[in-house]
Amino acid sequence: MNFEVDGVAIAVFCALFLLVTVLGFVAARWKKGDLDLLDEWGLGGRRFGTVITWFLLGGDLFTAYTFIAVPALVWAVGAGGFFALPYTIIVFPLVFLFMPRLWSVASKHRYVTAGDYVKGRFGSRSLATAIVFTGLLATMPYIALQLVGIEVVLGGLGIEGEWPLIIAFAILAAYTYTSGLRAPAMIALVKDTLIYATVLVAIIYIPTQVGGWDNIFSSANETLPERDEPGALIPSGPDAHVAYATLALGSAMALFLYPHALTAVLSSRSQDVVRRNMSLLPAWTLLLGLMALLGYMAIAAGVNVTDPSTAVPALFVDMFPSWFLGVAFAAIAIGALVPAAVMSIAAANLFTRNIWKEFVHRDCSDREEAQVAKIVSLVVKIGALAFVVLLPTQFAIDLQLLGGVWMLQTLPAVMIALYTRWFHRWGLLAGWALGMVAGTWIAASQSFEPVWETPVLEVTAYTALVALLLNLVVATVVTLLLGDRGRADELDETRPADYDELEETREPAPTVSAGVS
Amino acid sequence: MRRWYLLLALPFVGLLYPPLYASEDPELFGFPFFYWYQLAWVPLTAALTYFVYRKTRPPEPRRAAGRFRRT
Repeated sequence: MNFEVDGVAIAVFCALFLLVTVLGFVAARWKKGDLDLLDEWGLGGRRFGTVITWFLLGGDLFTAYTFIAVPALVWAVGAGGFFALPYTIIVFPLVFLFMPRLWSVASKHRYVTAGDYVKGRFGSRSLATAIVFTGLLATMPYIALQLVGIEVVLGGLGIEGEWPLIIAFAILAAYTYTSGLRAPAMIALVKDTLIYATVLVAIIYIPTQVGGWDNIFSSANETLPERDEPGALIPSGPDAHVAYATLALGSAMALFLYPHALTAVLSSRSQDVVRRNMSLLPAWTLLLGLMALLGYMAIAAGVNVTDPSTAVPALFVDMFPSWFLGVAFAAIAIGALVPAAVMSIAAANLFTRNIWKEFVHRDCSDREEAQVAKIVSLVVKIGALAFVVLLPTQFAIDLQLLGGVWMLQTLPAVMIALYTRWFHRWGLLAGWALGMVAGTWIAASQSFEPVWETPVLEVTAYTALVALLLNLVVATVVTLLLGDRGRADELDETRPADYDELEETREPAPTVSAGVS
Repeated sequence: MRRWYLLLALPFVGLLYPPLYASEDPELFGFPFFYWYQLAWVPLTAALTYFVYRKTRPPEPRRAAGRFRRT
């Protein structure tokens, strides 16, 4: 679909974009710290309190791509796309349970990444490298998809071609380089406010224009079954129900294993901040749920597009005056910058800590460590840009789906390890390898359909969970076969007390020793 | 203190068994049951999590100074 060029909307859009660019650079001076240290550049000095953490996590987890893709899916298939709601409801109690333990042990041992933790817990470079490899693999296409989010919005403004995208990303790369995690944390304040305003206006105003909620749901009910691949307003039958529930559960379990989620959590000041945030973050879930319903509003408004991801932009163009269209689109585009920045920082942390320092330059100084991370954050972004410009968009979307499958395979070595070290490191590695291969193979063999008609179990379930089940079976069997539990204690550098300590504020961050141990 | 954590199982039970709520009726403000039921779990889960957070927060000297100590 081609949109017309809208001068007023573009002007508002550019003004807001300029504002966050300035903020991005100013952020370097906020909560002053030595940005030549990785703890400062890559984790904001681990000093963020409740409010900043709320904005940062909200802006980081609920990405621009989410806000485009979820209503697009609801527009196309109906109720099936709504699994994003139970997913983002149960994720927070889940994280409430296990994340404080990870925060605690990470702060005690100055871990920056999941790879650091796994290496400390199991004393295994191979296992740590496997975890790091998975994180990098899953993050790259996710960054690329943020670009797709910007592309969709620019298209809605009538701007075609790749150069505006390249400019936006170059600016992002520059302030991420200079300000580190402080930049997305500060920009998140603007982004979150804009997106909240946009969605509230949309869900109050648009229903009055399309005949109210009754009409929105009844027109969805009429239209969905007539799609080429029939959708439904209410999921019916055991297959649809199992698919719905396993997608919600599996996605919730995978979300906080992603490097960008972990980075945002580790940057908070205390366990208490993490736990309190888990009762505040559902405010974002509510927003996502309402946003999902925009898919039905687009149906009721008679929006007719070939590419579902343009359904919401088309709805906004129909409904909003130019100036507010600029605000709405800026909200989504800026919404892409925050996660893209955090993801590239997380990837840079992973690469520097667990690949560069591990395999390339063991005696790397703290300054070199931070410098490498900054350069890697640039390389990652250029890679993501090339991804979007050179390859078909569908490729990034398929890979992002696979990303969830991949990340979930790190659950035994990261999440389960917080509670027990029963599994043997080789068992975990074998389980991970099989889960990765099986999950990828299943997904690829059915053209990236997220659910699989599982033989033996005879259910249609989320591929990632099926692969995790295989993973756990293999890890258990290998652990039992090897049976040498004795060495596990020697290799483990963490102690039970490291996991439980609840502290209100931490000591001022040690400056030079960070990352040496 | 730890048994408060059991409350956090409720959203899992309430949401991961779709036959419980996959129906159109009863409607509320034009929303089919399937939609308003799940949306209602958002504030409910937030409240539960906050409650558990308060109940499981350890006594902390600085915060507790001048107040009653929590158990």
